[in-house]
Amino acid sequence: MTHHQPHLDTSPPVSDEIRRTTCYMCACRCGINVHLKSGKVSYIEGNRAHPVNKGVLCAKGASGIKQITAPSRLRSPLKRVGPRGSGAFEKISWDEALALAVAWMKPLQDTAPEKLAFFTGRDQSQSLTSFWAQGFGTPNYAAHGGFCSVNMAAAGIYTIGGAFWEFGQPDWDHTRLFVLFGVAEDHDSNPIKIGIGKLKGRGAKVIGVNPIRTGYNAVADDWYGITPGTDGLLILSLIHCLLEAGKIDLPYLAQWTNAPCLVGPDGLLLRGEDGKLLVVDTATGQPAAFDVPGVQPDLGAVWQGSRTVFQHLAKRYLAPDHAPEAVADRVGITAPRIRALAAELAHAAFDQTITIDQSWTDFRGTRHATMVGRPVSFHAMRGISAHSNGFQTARALHLLQIILGTVETPGGYHFKPPYPKPFDAHPVPHIMPRGSGPLTGPHLGYPRGPEHLALLPDGSPARIDKAFSWENPLSAHGLMHMVIANAHAGDPYRIDTLFLYMANMAWNSSMNTAATMDMLTAKDGAGEYVIPRIIYSDAYASEMVAYADLILPDTTYMERHDCISMLDRPISEPDAAGDAIRWPVTEPDRDVRGFQSVLIDLGARLALPGFVDTEGAPKFANYADYITRHERRAGVGPLMGWRGDGTATGRGAPNPDQLDRYIANGGFFQAHVPDAARYFKPWNRAYQDWAVEMGFYDAPQPYLFSIWSEPMRRFHAAAEGQGDRQPPEALRARLKQAMDPLPIWYPPFGEVAAAAYPVHALTQRPMAMYHSWGSQNAWLRQIHGRNPLYLPTKIWAKHGFAAGDWARVTSPNGEIVVPVEHMAALNPHTVWTWNAIGKRKGAWGLDQNAPEATKGFLLNHLISELLPEQGDGLRWSNSDPVTGQAAWFDLRVRIERVDAQMQSLPAFGPLPDLGEPS
Amino acid sequence: MTSLPTHTDRKLGLVIDLDTCVGCHACVTACKGWNDQGYGAPLSDQNPYGSDPSGVFLNRVHSYEVQPHDTPAQIINFPRSCLHCDDAPCVTVCPTGASYKRAEDGIVLVNESACIGCGLCAWACPYGAREMDADAGVMKKCTLCVDRIYNENLPEEDREPACVRTCPTGARHFGDLADPESAVSRLVAKRGGYDLMPELGTKPTNKYLPPRKKDRPQEASLLAPLLDIQATGFAGWLDRVLGKI
Repeated sequence: MTHHQPHLDTSPPVSDEIRRTTCYMCACRCGINVHLKSGKVSYIEGNRAHPVNKGVLCAKGASGIKQITAPSRLRSPLKRVGPRGSGAFEKISWDEALALAVAWMKPLQDTAPEKLAFFTGRDQSQSLTSFWAQGFGTPNYAAHGGFCSVNMAAAGIYTIGGAFWEFGQPDWDHTRLFVLFGVAEDHDSNPIKIGIGKLKGRGAKVIGVNPIRTGYNAVADDWYGITPGTDGLLILSLIHCLLEAGKIDLPYLAQWTNAPCLVGPDGLLLRGEDGKLLVVDTATGQPAAFDVPGVQPDLGAVWQGSRTVFQHLAKRYLAPDHAPEAVADRVGITAPRIRALAAELAHAAFDQTITIDQSWTDFRGTRHATMVGRPVSFHAMRGISAHSNGFQTARALHLLQIILGTVETPGGYHFKPPYPKPFDAHPVPHIMPRGSGPLTGPHLGYPRGPEHLALLPDGSPARIDKAFSWENPLSAHGLMHMVIANAHAGDPYRIDTLFLYMANMAWNSSMNTAATMDMLTAKDGAGEYVIPRIIYSDAYASEMVAYADLILPDTTYMERHDCISMLDRPISEPDAAGDAIRWPVTEPDRDVRGFQSVLIDLGARLALPGFVDTEGAPKFANYADYITRHERRAGVGPLMGWRGDGTATGRGAPNPDQLDRYIANGGFFQAHVPDAARYFKPWNRAYQDWAVEMGFYDAPQPYLFSIWSEPMRRFHAAAEGQGDRQPPEALRARLKQAMDPLPIWYPPFGEVAAAAYPVHALTQRPMAMYHSWGSQNAWLRQIHGRNPLYLPTKIWAKHGFAAGDWARVTSPNGEIVVPVEHMAALNPHTVWTWNAIGKRKGAWGLDQNAPEATKGFLLNHLISELLPEQGDGLRWSNSDPVTGQAAWFDLRVRIERVDAQMQSLPAFGPLPDLGEPS
Repeated sequence: MTSLPTHTDRKLGLVIDLDTCVGCHACVTACKGWNDQGYGAPLSDQNPYGSDPSGVFLNRVHSYEVQPHDTPAQIINFPRSCLHCDDAPCVTVCPTGASYKRAEDGIVLVNESACIGCGLCAWACPYGAREMDADAGVMKKCTLCVDRIYNENLPEEDREPACVRTCPTGARHFGDLADPESAVSRLVAKRGGYDLMPELGTKPTNKYLPPRKKDRPQEASLLAPLLDIQATGFAGWLDRVLGKI
């Protein structure tokens, strides 16, 4: 038939209304336009005006539409009626649920608040949850950073005053060379993609250092397939090469870091009588305070036998044991390749210098006519940090950035307000040694030395997770992965009520998952549960739900208010402070309540300070009311925008119209950094003054980067036997190693198993599911519904694997039987799989025969939460010895070929479907 | 059988950069989301929470491993959707005229009211770019978001396909490939954009930009040590690096 075209309406109506809010399919916090037709959500796209995603949106974001209709949504409060773990519940009313929670919590609040342990998972309201827990008086509060990436965060804070993602990012518009260490996907998901797109668009180079070549590493122009756990060794070798060649930024080191400071006989830095760090002034040859106008710090000085930090660092890293030839075999990268990488870094930093025509004045009063930058930048997150040497490895990466002179210079790494913020501007940890009453400050903080450990008078840990104890002194995010094991063991003590939010501890968020389920259901001699009461809040029927006694069902993210706050984890960009809200763009169709509003209700029922007025009546109607009216300090509340009469920013009285102003603006607010304040922020007067004006801090606080870490040295000295507060003998040697004041590499603790378990085993989260609470999503599970174990060519061939085969994977902790596939773009000693695809039968509203439940699996079963006994009769946490970060990636395994199976092992009995209306 | 137009004034299509695509699947679900509520029948999902979920997607991303003989293995992420061919075999095979190519812009569409769901077009398409909707019983395919790109109810900046608007790395480009001066045509010329399986004679409109050469470090001069540290010792190095000798 001849060509014929029907008439087509190419301008159909798109939707009735667009409501602009903030995505919560992961931690990235993108702006979304939610389209509605006839009152129903019809389409979700990125908000072009939003600073985080600038209109784009990832696979998760667009799929959020399926979350609000998911069959796994919990529908009403539930009270356990069968044995714990059986999933037998009865529906109860909210009045009954809240009364029950109060009946359990109130006696604890009055007599032993530490017996309530309150931990939150993928939560973004920590300024509220920690405030609540402080008021309750329990020391046992944290969020999930301990099993996520606290090494990265804490090493950054202690070294440069910020880390990656929410603290800072590459200067995507100017960088010429971008080096990515170990990232499959990250919290900063769309910004990294936008940034890589910019680099590709202008032909800048991307280098990937990762055992696995997927995702961002797949588009990297050059790939270094490093052996897991050796990133620090590689980085220190790069530093060796740069030092050897003199390719280091000496003026930068002299002016902005503690490299010219003098290391005294006690290992601490010399200070003047006013307490200020001393440097030797090149002009006079005499010591002077680091910040006096005109001082020219001498990097090579010796003063009364004390040498500069610079000399200590140069001596250490110039030593032959850091030469590429000495590390190549362990790192899995040849010495010429390591030298070539160092040369590329030097070439980008020193031969491609960029200059921005913008004058600025530093904290010493020196005026600089331009802003000169070294356009090489880095990013890293969990890959290098989820090892037992992760803290020091992250420190090493910051040292590499510092000696190249890239931090806070054009083209390098760039802080996001309210960062930069030195470690000593953060609080120290607070505990209540015993007895009831509110804490006097936040639970989590940054210890400066052993005096800030959270220990009881008898020296035992004050916290259930043993955070801030000698086992992991700088555990700035707590150790959520140890809470259940410790509570079960009664070590350091027993608790009464475990209160969890959005944390799948009976499945993929725990090490040793099967044993964790046993701990949650274990009973004592009297037939009572060892962990007597468990309260859990989640929006969905996750695996954890069956293990709770009381369920407080949460809404989805499109059905409630949220606050992405400057008091917590805002959405700032390097050039603008920013915060944001979520608001109910659609109403729940079931008997659920936003967790934050429930927490505020509980706070009022328990009469916690800040949650009741002087009459004892509830102070806030709900979370929206709290966001609007709560003041942490006078005039400083959860949101910075449109305060007071609507014209004040940062500081100002509560404004009843504030949420409406946010909604009208697309759900966010931004305050732009002045041009003269855009770079050199820690030392830039214009930035410091602006930060004070914004309310980030109350006085300018310029500081030097801590190449030599004094807090580390204080713990190091204690391990050497100095000081009153002394570690247990069994921990002395490892503290002496781990708390070195200069970055160091040591083999991950998992290496003790290397002889019998020669293979490294890793997990990655796929981009379409990273940090998401929605992996049961109807669309996303069609993209990633299977997770074979990927084997490198060498292992594949050695065992004679063929397509369709399965393997038995054994670690010191147990074994799993799983499907395998071949992958060549992989470090030859490493196997990996997608994490958290595997589901328990019946969970998440999925069919019991869903591939996630039959062929899916977790590596978690292979990972113990405790290290093997080392001859001293003790078993320490499988965590970084500095911060307590879960050492997920220390895992060592061995592989055997087995016949094809119908079911991955271990398999567990099905959970009842809790999402469907009954 | 159905005829193709003798000439199309424009050739609207996509240019997809395989050097930049990280395989994140953003385009996959943005496409699913828009077209589930846009042109024609919704994109149904069969058994979405069951043991064998399967749904219609007009755009999918596949990841392939390649093993060059002289450099390490690589992963190539490859988005796949209708290429809006000039000589579209899916159109000429259609027994009812439901499949057609628009004369004004070259977009290949299915007129769902004329589609009998015979599936011949899916067999004829060598790229696997068409999927039958099990609920509606009609053939679904990429429309190049024909209900977006001219839609006067959308802001002008949004008049582009949903996959292009959402792509976080900017790996997807939309424009007129018949106009040699268009941004997409210039990009194709600059980057050596190519047709998929040109030997089949389908003359695809969409182009792919090849990955740049990888794992070949520039011959940056290797770093020369300032001097032999073994010979001069640390003090010699320090004096040299600090410019004191």
